[in-house]
Amino acid sequence: MSKNQKRVLKLAIVFAVMFGITPAANAMHIMEGYLPPKYCIIWGAICLPFLVAGYFSLKKTISENRKSITIIAMAGAFIFVISSLKIPSVTGSCSHMTGTGLGAILFGAGAVSILGIIVLIFQAILLAHGGLTSLGANTFSMAIAGPLVSFGIYKLCQKLKVHRHVGIFLAAAIGDLFTYCVTSIQLALAYPSETGGIAASAVKFLAVFAPTQVPLAIIEGILSVVIIIGLETYAKSELTGLGFIKAGEK
Amino acid sequence: MSKTTKKVLILLVIVALIAIIPLFALKGAEFGGSDDAGSQVVSEIKGTEYTPWFTPVMETWIGGELPGEIESLLFCVQTGIGVGIMAFLMGRFVERNKKEKAKKASEI
Repeated sequence: MSKNQKRVLKLAIVFAVMFGITPAANAMHIMEGYLPPKYCIIWGAICLPFLVAGYFSLKKTISENRKSITIIAMAGAFIFVISSLKIPSVTGSCSHMTGTGLGAILFGAGAVSILGIIVLIFQAILLAHGGLTSLGANTFSMAIAGPLVSFGIYKLCQKLKVHRHVGIFLAAAIGDLFTYCVTSIQLALAYPSETGGIAASAVKFLAVFAPTQVPLAIIEGILSVVIIIGLETYAKSELTGLGFIKAGEK
Repeated sequence: MSKTTKKVLILLVIVALIAIIPLFALKGAEFGGSDDAGSQVVSEIKGTEYTPWFTPVMETWIGGELPGEIESLLFCVQTGIGVGIMAFLMGRFVERNKKEKAKKASEI
């Protein structure tokens, strides 16, 4: 990556973190046509540097270690499966998970943005779920912000020497929740409440999505750990190649 | 049963429980999508029914809303593609592991 690219990337990260501080909130995919055009374009533009960086990082991973392509396919397939399953939750409504945490832990947040956008396009075109106009906003929440948080938490857990599986669980679960928080904020920005402004609106959206999503986030965390256990058992050489487990480590 | 197998099984049971319990605990709940709940909140904040300014392309193509059955079909296709890829790769890994082990055993 050139210096310029890095600078753009850093700016974008700062931006994402700023948003992360705002209290969390709601639904995962913003419906087609629900986001004013201005916001569609803004979110799309914000996604671009991440997608470009993601493409490069994916290319680098593959060229460095061709065998890792199977694990990439695995992470992509995991997102496919998990984001298609609508699961009933304690609030009496259904929601689905993101599945992006696993990929973020294995390949870093950038690579996942590419995998995530593939799923989002599939759902937007064929399933009228999410949408082409809100693709930018949805990509940002599900394929960029969530994975970034997952990646960060995973690294933090590693530093703190938390057991690897616990770290993966926390990373995937919190990344999933964060995705919904970002979506709430995106909706709140577009629809500030007349009385309380953006914050009041965000809280409202959050109230709809957060309680539904908490149990699902836990499920996503557990499933990510299960997949990792499977890969650790049967695909050790690939994971070692990715630097995910160190050679010689059991 | 190895320790890992046990761990995986326990985790999967927990997953199934979390997913299924609400269905029994909240009898009569609608279980609508939370994405749709989002659109209700939008209407609430705006004070009026919000009309989306863009219809999903699929609905434009077929001239109406996607029938529920077809929607679940497409969701199944999505799941199927994902599970297919995962199962195929996992199967390869498992077989390769077996072969490597057999090779090691025969060398000794």
